[in-house]
Amino acid sequence: MPPLMPAPDRSVLDRRDQIAAALRTVVPGEGVITDEDERRAYESDGLAAYRQMPMLVVLPSAVEQVSRILRYCHDNNIKVVPRGGGTSLSGGSLPLEDGIVLAMGKFNRVLEIDFDNRCVVVQPGVTNLGISDAVQHAGFYYAPDPSSQIACSIGGNVAENAGGVHCLKYGLTANNLLGLEMVLMTGEVIRLGGRHLDSDGYDLMGVMTGSEGLLGVITEVTVRILRKPATARALLLGFPSNESAGDCVGAVIADGIIPGGMEMMDKPAIHAVEDFVHAGYPLDVESLLIVELDGPAEEVDELIRRVEAIARRCGATYLRISNTEAERLTFWAGRKAAFPAVGRITPDYLCMDGTIPRARLPEVLTRMAALGRKYELRIANVFHAGDGNLHPLILFDANAGELERAEKLGADILRLCVEVGGVLTGEHGVGVEKRDLMGTMFNEIDLAQQQRVKCAFDPNMLLNPGKVFPTLHRCAELGRLHVSGGRLPFPDIPRF
Amino acid sequence: MPTLRPTSAPELLAAVKEALADATPIEILGQGTKHDLGRPFQASRRIELTGLSGISLYEPGELVMGAGAGTMLSDIEETLRKNRQELAFEPPDLGPLLGSAAGAQTIGGVIAGNLAGPRRIKAGAARDHFLGFHAVSGRGEEFKSGGRVMKNVTGYDLSKLMAGSWGTLAVLSDVTVKVLPAAEKTRTVLVTGLDAARAVAAMAAAMQGPCDVSGAAHLPQSLAMASGVSYVSGAGKPVTALRVEGTPISVAYRCAELTKEMAGFGPVEELHSMNSARLWRELRDAQFLVEPRDRPVWRISVAPQSGAGVIQAIARALEARWFMDWAGGLVWLSLPPGTPDAGAAMVRAAVGEQGHATLYRAPADLRASVPVFHPQPPALAALTQRVKLSFDPQGILNPGRMYAGV
Repeated sequence: MPPLMPAPDRSVLDRRDQIAAALRTVVPGEGVITDEDERRAYESDGLAAYRQMPMLVVLPSAVEQVSRILRYCHDNNIKVVPRGGGTSLSGGSLPLEDGIVLAMGKFNRVLEIDFDNRCVVVQPGVTNLGISDAVQHAGFYYAPDPSSQIACSIGGNVAENAGGVHCLKYGLTANNLLGLEMVLMTGEVIRLGGRHLDSDGYDLMGVMTGSEGLLGVITEVTVRILRKPATARALLLGFPSNESAGDCVGAVIADGIIPGGMEMMDKPAIHAVEDFVHAGYPLDVESLLIVELDGPAEEVDELIRRVEAIARRCGATYLRISNTEAERLTFWAGRKAAFPAVGRITPDYLCMDGTIPRARLPEVLTRMAALGRKYELRIANVFHAGDGNLHPLILFDANAGELERAEKLGADILRLCVEVGGVLTGEHGVGVEKRDLMGTMFNEIDLAQQQRVKCAFDPNMLLNPGKVFPTLHRCAELGRLHVSGGRLPFPDIPRF
Repeated sequence: MPTLRPTSAPELLAAVKEALADATPIEILGQGTKHDLGRPFQASRRIELTGLSGISLYEPGELVMGAGAGTMLSDIEETLRKNRQELAFEPPDLGPLLGSAAGAQTIGGVIAGNLAGPRRIKAGAARDHFLGFHAVSGRGEEFKSGGRVMKNVTGYDLSKLMAGSWGTLAVLSDVTVKVLPAAEKTRTVLVTGLDAARAVAAMAAAMQGPCDVSGAAHLPQSLAMASGVSYVSGAGKPVTALRVEGTPISVAYRCAELTKEMAGFGPVEELHSMNSARLWRELRDAQFLVEPRDRPVWRISVAPQSGAGVIQAIARALEARWFMDWAGGLVWLSLPPGTPDAGAAMVRAAVGEQGHATLYRAPADLRASVPVFHPQPPALAALTQRVKLSFDPQGILNPGRMYAGV
């Protein structure tokens, strides 16, 4: 069942034509979409279970246009949903009935490649992979690599603080970002960071990262680029249990090794993937690990030997080491195709995104299997093992009326993640999908403080409302302060 | 000034509520090693966090540690060392530079200042390793953000706001940080005889190469002479230092590669573990600028390629002692005592739009009259103010330490 969104503002809907006309004075011609068929392309994002036709879609192509659009919407109390590549898995760019979708696809240029400062300046609509493509001729790349990297935009990556399979060693978007230009809901243009490393004042770029389009609209992004490692090799390791695979992950880290990637799949995922891509994965193991080491060849060869020894000690029953680049890519082909592979064996699936303390993995998998039995739904698991980010894929059939059950199972799985010391989302964002579960991780005060930050950026709550926060409080109400009077009300604190 | 030293989170909450009830500004301190950094401000009481001390969580296999904000950094580092781990952002010890004791700072202070050492260019700053916290806001409310796992996008990342806010938003009670394995081996390749511009070019070449350099710094001859490492002090020339860390086999290989690469720039030397550690500690802590103590000190963060130009622009007009870290992206610089406005106009004109300059050390009267933190454009300054008010509407937490009214 789609989550309840803020009630549409009738007075805005009634002015739809007038608003479209006003926006056309800012973005002429086809930049303002009113036609129903054309708007339909924007009615959902990567979380296709939820759909909503937007009132209007606007496609600006210049910062000045973004500024004027936001100013106009601010002055006329119109809600705005920013959208990049539209690949959000949490419904981050799900439209609002009375809101405009601000689609940033025309901001698609690489503005500057600066190898000497090891950074690239791009517009937010450039794809994640587009950045690496622009610098690969010189042996550089952009490190965060979400699975959707062909399609997802860097602006969206910043909004969601996107990760990928190499985060343990190279960090998430937040750790690879140097500068932002953004527009506030008032139309004010603000530049944060640049090509230098540290923020001056408050790290507003840090809080913008992962703010899910609720604080500002990103119009320019500066990211750092890294030299491609000279070599990369991978081990494909099979284990008789999830416990032993988990032990192996811990033992590798305890040995002081931080692999470039360390991915785990459980048996249902292994089978789905192998049927699909024929990567040569063993079918008689309970758990499969891909461990990738990158760096100079001398270092990689040494670490491969060390990981191999650890894997044997941890009881690996299957062990292959890539000797060629083609072989390494085959190991990954299965993992990278895990979502579509699961998509083949089920009419629908929900992809969850909790993070857990890795040591709790066996317990979480056992309890998750029990939950699957309770809801009579199958679950396949892929896991960014190094950093504890778990992607349970819940298999269901919407046409058989199983969506609601799948959602309930998903919520139970995320509650379980929080219960063992983890979090609701590691890299997909809260969006609308996990919005109503925020209370399992945060109390009212925690959430109110986050919303006050929102108020500092967007006091009228016009940017992407209905996402992230389960309850919409007015900023005036959040700002009220209750001070208890009296002197020395707390006499027991040590005083000097 | 009355000083409160809470020993638990509820006591901290009570202490802040008490100040809020009186509407009296509080100065928040760990050990006070960075007390003289920032604009001087009036406070009528102090809260010292040294009572909120101790490591509450350490799971080496999960690369995570949690501790009270007042925990001594030295205790944390010692515990990590026993497990061959470290804080990868290499927190500097600026105590001596700022006129207080060495080895005395707390983890809360390191995070509040978002400090980072030479490894910043590879591993990031405190903000990049700060996973979660509990704190009391200026509203007198206890709140939390983040968690103990490395990948977490649940809600706004308030940890980023706390890091580098110098205690002006909330009082941290406990913090959770990411920890990483310490390198098994460290070596340093020294290139001698380069001027600032040539050094920046050499450091850029090293950073662009495949050797995974984890430190790139440059000392002019006058400062190199003061090093405790004889290879550096005895060079008789400027010294450019490039650090390589990792497994012994890898370090030996990369050092050999780097030496070949750098041969075109100038004569090359190599430092082994002990000397490397010593040199990078000197650079990390800006030890070269501790004396003379009456010179104002600037910390300038710019694009790496701009470092040499900024220095030249300042040194043309003023007698500057300086060195570069972060491949040119961090310039530490001291100016003669008595320089009008501590050289602020000159320094900030040289930096222009390329970064920012912070007056890290100066007498209180100068810090009161010269903007210590880089002045912000109006829209950004207004946003900064609104963020401050969202945490601390009465302005009771370190008020004015960063900017007037913040």
